[in-house]
Amino acid sequence: MSDRRGYFGDFGGRYVPETLIPALDELEKMYQEVRRDSSFNEELKRLLKTYCGRPTPLYFAERLSERLDRRVYLKREDLNHTGAHKINNALGQVLLAKRMGKKRIIAETGAGQHGVAVATASAREGLECHVYMGAEDMERQALNVEKMRLLGAEVVPVTSGSQTLKDATNEAIRDWVTNVKDTYYVIGSVVGPHPYPTIVRDFQRVIGEETKSQILEAEGRLPDVLIACVGGGSNSIGFFHPFLEDEHVGMVGVEAAGQGLSTGRHACTLTAGKVGVLHGSRSYLLQDPYGQVQVAYSISAGLDYPGVGPEHSYLKDSGRVEYTSVTDHEALEAFELLSKLEGIIPALESSHALAEAIKRAPLLGEDALVVVCLSGRGDKDMSSVRPYLLKGGVSI
Amino acid sequence: MMKRLQEAFAKRKALIPYITAGDPSLEETVRLIEVLQESGADIVEVGVPFSDPQADGPIIQMASKRALERGVTLEGVLKTLRENASRVKVPLVLMGYYNPILQYGLQRFASEAKDAGVAGVIVPDLPFDEDPSFYRALEDEGVDGILMVAPNTQEERISRMATFARGFVYCVSLFGITGDKRGPAKNLDEYIGRVRRHINIPLALGFGIDDQKKAKDAAALADGVVVGSALVRLIEESQKDVHALEEKVRAFTSSLRKALDSAAFE
Repeated sequence: MSDRRGYFGDFGGRYVPETLIPALDELEKMYQEVRRDSSFNEELKRLLKTYCGRPTPLYFAERLSERLDRRVYLKREDLNHTGAHKINNALGQVLLAKRMGKKRIIAETGAGQHGVAVATASAREGLECHVYMGAEDMERQALNVEKMRLLGAEVVPVTSGSQTLKDATNEAIRDWVTNVKDTYYVIGSVVGPHPYPTIVRDFQRVIGEETKSQILEAEGRLPDVLIACVGGGSNSIGFFHPFLEDEHVGMVGVEAAGQGLSTGRHACTLTAGKVGVLHGSRSYLLQDPYGQVQVAYSISAGLDYPGVGPEHSYLKDSGRVEYTSVTDHEALEAFELLSKLEGIIPALESSHALAEAIKRAPLLGEDALVVVCLSGRGDKDMSSVRPYLLKGGVSI
Repeated sequence: MMKRLQEAFAKRKALIPYITAGDPSLEETVRLIEVLQESGADIVEVGVPFSDPQADGPIIQMASKRALERGVTLEGVLKTLRENASRVKVPLVLMGYYNPILQYGLQRFASEAKDAGVAGVIVPDLPFDEDPSFYRALEDEGVDGILMVAPNTQEERISRMATFARGFVYCVSLFGITGDKRGPAKNLDEYIGRVRRHINIPLALGFGIDDQKKAKDAAALADGVVVGSALVRLIEESQKDVHALEEKVRAFTSSLRKALDSAAFE
């Protein structure tokens, strides 16, 4: 790791307007304090258990394992309160905001999962909450908009730029610059300026920590391969991080190849992007030759982000984690396969990780032990997949 | 290398209008620079369009978008400025977000900015201590790296900035983004005083200054005043009629000039 503050190798940093520097300094200082504060850690632990339902199970997927002829476990983040891993971070940061005495919470959201998680945590803490969401995303994810409003949050439509997650993030940053004194910005992934990538990773590490003790208990050994999807990269980094020092554990991060890498309609930031600066940090980025940020595409709304967390860029360049991609079609096949074989409807994001497990299984040793992070549940995706299911679906 | 930017503050309160390059066209940008210098500008700030302008409000965001839709690139901006350098009398400051500059290459950008006659560069999303190699590259070419400070920038940080600051320091007048209708924050004198204790080059105030009154008040405290969104809005309103556009810009700039001249000169 680099000794420059807030960098993972060459990636990370704080590329933000000067107004945010004092706010990031304050955040870093407070975060260092609460990390060592046992009352904070105990409160978070208690809420993760009694409010979110942690620890989430590590489930042996018997019929999927039979089909793939390899032992496959699923880390059931879909069983969390609000239906995905997003609540781990949202709750941690909202508790941190409360400790900092902030009265007002803001967040960006793409598909709405992070927005719902932040609105949920804010409701519980009695804090005012504003969620920025692209106008186009609001239309596509109307149910999540309704949920956020029911939870007491204001959903602010973003009509600038491409009207999607990257623009919602710009707008949240602009709000933060304007209201920096009393406002806490809850970033939803391991992106943004330092210290956010570290804070979000730490709050998501619980995924990997639980997995480690659960797999040791179930199998008496560590897994051979961990597989998780990567949009901004929060579920994957939380899943991988506690295993980074275990050199025999392989790790695969799966990006969304959308309609195919060659079509240009994809979200393969690490596998097809170039290093650049967006939303406060230096990392791989989907951009045109002139440095203008490109709009990412995936059938999964949680993966179509043109940036990626800086620590993933570091893990890619260091070779510790392998990054690959699967297409919309492959993800849909996995979506349907898991529903039919295991009675679990996975999020389309998580279906990318499953699709990779399906592709990779025959290449692994016969006694290989695979753990897939099932980051969220698929209810929210029913309207996206309906046109495919009506066509008779994909063959199992 | 002569200090063109600092000289621009020597005779009077410096008026620094901002326009986005390529809005409505690169040719018209050069023409607008001429209009601005004829009507009282001392420095002209030229924005390089970017897809994700975090520090800008809706007016400049839209200008950036219009320019990008017309295919404006950093290369095109530098080329236009270089080819028309003889028409430009005032020192130019280029404002651009970091990513397009990073992709262009820091050294290449610094040397071509110099060739284009650019006197200074502002990168609003690059704090002075984040990538010192960029500011060194500018320095090597004799282009001023202009730093921004905000109302909440701590004194210790301002004192560290002093060694890096060149040309002038851009004091953000408020908590917010460009084009904020609330205008500059209260207690500006305390803020400007804090910056002056550590910085011995001119100070310009910008963000939210959109009329004569606000410009005059800002000029009473600072050495220069930046006016952006209010001007870009005029350009937005007259995209198709460049004659009307130039006359509106001329009238508005002249009115700002008068406001600055009426502010007490310290």
